[in-house]
Amino acid sequence: MSEGGNGNGLVQLTAKDFKSDQEVRWCPGCGDYAILNVLQGFMPELGLTRERIVFVSGIGCAARLPYYMQTYGMHSIHGRAPAIATGLAVSRPDLSVWVVTGDGDALSIGGNHLIHSLRRNVNLKILLFNNKIYGLTKGQYSPTSELGKVTKSTPMGSLDYPFNPLSIAIGAEASFVARAIDTDKKGLTEVLGAAARHRGSAFVEILQNCNIYNDGAFDFVREEKGNRIYLESGAPIRFGAEGEKGVVQDVDGSARVVDLGEGGEDGLLVHDAGQREPSLAFALSRITFETDGAVPLGVFRSVERPVYDDLMSEQLETARERSGEGDLETLLHSGDTWTVES
Amino acid sequence: MIRFAGDSGDGMQLTGDRFTSETAVFGNDLATLPDFPAEIRAPAGSLPGVSGFQVHFADHDILTPGDQPNVLVAMNPAALKVNLGDLAKGGTVIVNTDAFSDRNLQKAGYATSPLDDGSLSDFHVHAVSLSSMTIEALKEVDGITSREAERSKNFFALGLMSWLYNRPIEGTLGFIETKFGKRPEIAEANTRAFKAGWNYGETSEDFAVSYEIAPAKLEPGRYRQISGNSALTYGLIAASKLSGLPLFLGAYPITPASDVLEQLANMKHFGVRTFQAEDEIAASGAALGAAFGGSLGVTTSAGPGIVLKSETVGLAVTLELPLIVVDVQRAGPSTGMPTKPEQADLLMVMFGRNSESPVPVVAASTPAGCFDAAIEAARIAIKYRTPVFLLSDAYLANGSEPWLIPDVSALPDISTEFATSPKDGDVFLPYKRDAETLARPWAIPGTPGLEHRIGGLEKEDKTGNISYDPENHDLMVRLRAAKVAGIAADIPELEVDDPDGANTLVLGWGSTYGAIGAAARRVRASGRKVATAHLHYLNPFPRNTGEVVRSYEKVLMPEINLGQLKMLIRAEFLVDAVGYNKVRGRPFRAAELADAITALVDS
Repeated sequence: MSEGGNGNGLVQLTAKDFKSDQEVRWCPGCGDYAILNVLQGFMPELGLTRERIVFVSGIGCAARLPYYMQTYGMHSIHGRAPAIATGLAVSRPDLSVWVVTGDGDALSIGGNHLIHSLRRNVNLKILLFNNKIYGLTKGQYSPTSELGKVTKSTPMGSLDYPFNPLSIAIGAEASFVARAIDTDKKGLTEVLGAAARHRGSAFVEILQNCNIYNDGAFDFVREEKGNRIYLESGAPIRFGAEGEKGVVQDVDGSARVVDLGEGGEDGLLVHDAGQREPSLAFALSRITFETDGAVPLGVFRSVERPVYDDLMSEQLETARERSGEGDLETLLHSGDTWTVES
Repeated sequence: MIRFAGDSGDGMQLTGDRFTSETAVFGNDLATLPDFPAEIRAPAGSLPGVSGFQVHFADHDILTPGDQPNVLVAMNPAALKVNLGDLAKGGTVIVNTDAFSDRNLQKAGYATSPLDDGSLSDFHVHAVSLSSMTIEALKEVDGITSREAERSKNFFALGLMSWLYNRPIEGTLGFIETKFGKRPEIAEANTRAFKAGWNYGETSEDFAVSYEIAPAKLEPGRYRQISGNSALTYGLIAASKLSGLPLFLGAYPITPASDVLEQLANMKHFGVRTFQAEDEIAASGAALGAAFGGSLGVTTSAGPGIVLKSETVGLAVTLELPLIVVDVQRAGPSTGMPTKPEQADLLMVMFGRNSESPVPVVAASTPAGCFDAAIEAARIAIKYRTPVFLLSDAYLANGSEPWLIPDVSALPDISTEFATSPKDGDVFLPYKRDAETLARPWAIPGTPGLEHRIGGLEKEDKTGNISYDPENHDLMVRLRAAKVAGIAADIPELEVDDPDGANTLVLGWGSTYGAIGAAARRVRASGRKVATAHLHYLNPFPRNTGEVVRSYEKVLMPEINLGQLKMLIRAEFLVDAVGYNKVRGRPFRAAELADAITALVDS
């Protein structure tokens, strides 16, 4: 264990320092293993000692993750992790608080808490493991399952139109929105780094394969690397095995994939995650395998906005400046008082 | 005993509140009962829109806001109609004749004016043109319309009543300055209306008698008037100071608990963080998250919100973290009657969770008692690492009484110690229990070497690791139950008031305290013997509870529900207790309780 730093004030930890003594119990072949490995490998980059890091989860397969991290952790109630983490983050600004959730946990039962934590811009890093299925309850459709999905609870196909997690986050005023793939170590590590550096709510969708109940749901982008559109701020959006495709924006504001013609990069959309208006990020979130045969990855949106935790701390300071540190005796004697003589 | 009644827009709550303050400063003992509709402004002049405020004051100590007012101030026909039935025969009615128009009479359902048809012959009626006299008194005030002038009529009425009962007026004059300071013309109008009402009383021959009620003999010391919700707020602040833990409140606005959120939001200089959440669930979740981080986590609500917090409370039970859950009870089920009191959430807070999930329950009995109850709830939550329910109700929340301000240095020390970093070689065990309290360590993030994971899944004894072992689960269920049951050794015994050696006991809890005490006085005054006892702890019960209830031949349990505590007492102690139950959304009247006690004593 390398805790205690190296003498120059910096903390030098390794992935091993973040592995807990608990046996990891996901199904063999689950995408969660890959995510856990990347996360443990990334943690030293935070530059924080382990006691300053907390993982909070709700219920579901993904929600088991805190047990495997040698940090503080709470495996809480279905859907409520953002609410619980909000109380913790707001009252303890010295901590780095991470929420681990899934498509059912975040978008069904916990939808309300997710959108409100994003709009408040609480300093939370929210990782949504999207496998488009309910795994822990053994294979019912989820709010991201495609229309018509045949599952145990929808033998004739699901009737629910699916949510697009990134569109929801952007619509909920999220200040940081990104996407990565479970097995894409480099892409996922970069996105985690950007999320950690962002002060405020950071929302990351991780496409995760459930090899038992929804195997291959993301093969078109997990296996077919040519369908990955890596977003890079300041650069024209280009992708494909030979870089032969790109993204353009139409006059109505929507974005779509095109084949690069003789004009090359001319006319291609230049990505800018820092645009204040969320319309560009939203247009990019609408590009899916179903609409364009490709999937954007990386940071869609990253803008600075006042952070809820900071604003609350400032109000406490202001109140103390105005009224002085609260005194109980004075409080109890405030208002009309009178004395009864003996 | 005076009741002020008018339209919900007539300022009756403000008028009653000021009269109460004047009365308190004068030195009378008092108790109040606000009674207002849930609708902010129901249609003007209508029966559902009537808002009332009752003040009971005397030269001796008072236990309830009183059964029957002696004086009714009715600002319109609807207020007269709704309240006249409660007025004692021979009582005084002061009506605002300007509001007795044909249209208002019709809205209140009067075919003829009660002022003219002789239907008020049992009462002393003072017909006063409150509105027009107020407008007349204010005609020289610049910058206000006659409509605005008319709205000052509640201060005219207050001035009149203040004269009638010799109340000191300086406090109200100062209050008007502060409250309306930003609109000097309104402050001027209200001051003039108030003085005009006073002068009218003095000069009008209609009010020949000015009543003098001497100050009550109260224990010496410094007093203030306080409502239940304010006392609860102060109690939470005190608990934060006494424990050294920063207060975190997660709340969602709900009647009648919102005051606590609003008041605590004004206490940021005490380091209080208030979080108005997106819903009741998030409110309790955030409070629990803050408790995990070492704050004094509190969530406040009423019954319809408490049901939504059940899963969080269950999680807090198994995480064994401190959490204070305040239920300001109101009439239900469902939305019920939001502004009316009831005691029907007891079984919900006892049992309204999945599986075996015991939670301590503390109940306040008087408005001022909410202060001590809040500190006590915090003490138990912190010491035993458990969620605690604190029960109040709409009557305590809005009612007020004089409060002997406690000596801060005499308040209990409820501080605790967080777990500290283990010495080399030691392994941290998150569920290793204190031998005496059975509480586990409170290990907060930020402490090196104590990194651990807790959750809703069953935990192995001591290590806290996930465990599905059958014997371990049985052990953990029993340990959690034993921990809560053990609190009985750490709370006061149930006190019995039995001056005459009675064979009948009246056992109550919560806001029926005053009514039971007043009823017992009446019964004793009739030469009968009766004992009373009041439970401030409902889980666990004080350790002598069984002994007390078994030592009486007859036990009567008045409750504003259909017998919830009675069910617990009968089940726990096998005594044949009988109930007195009325669920009307109002406190008991002392007279009806006295009748019920008398009947049982004589049986």
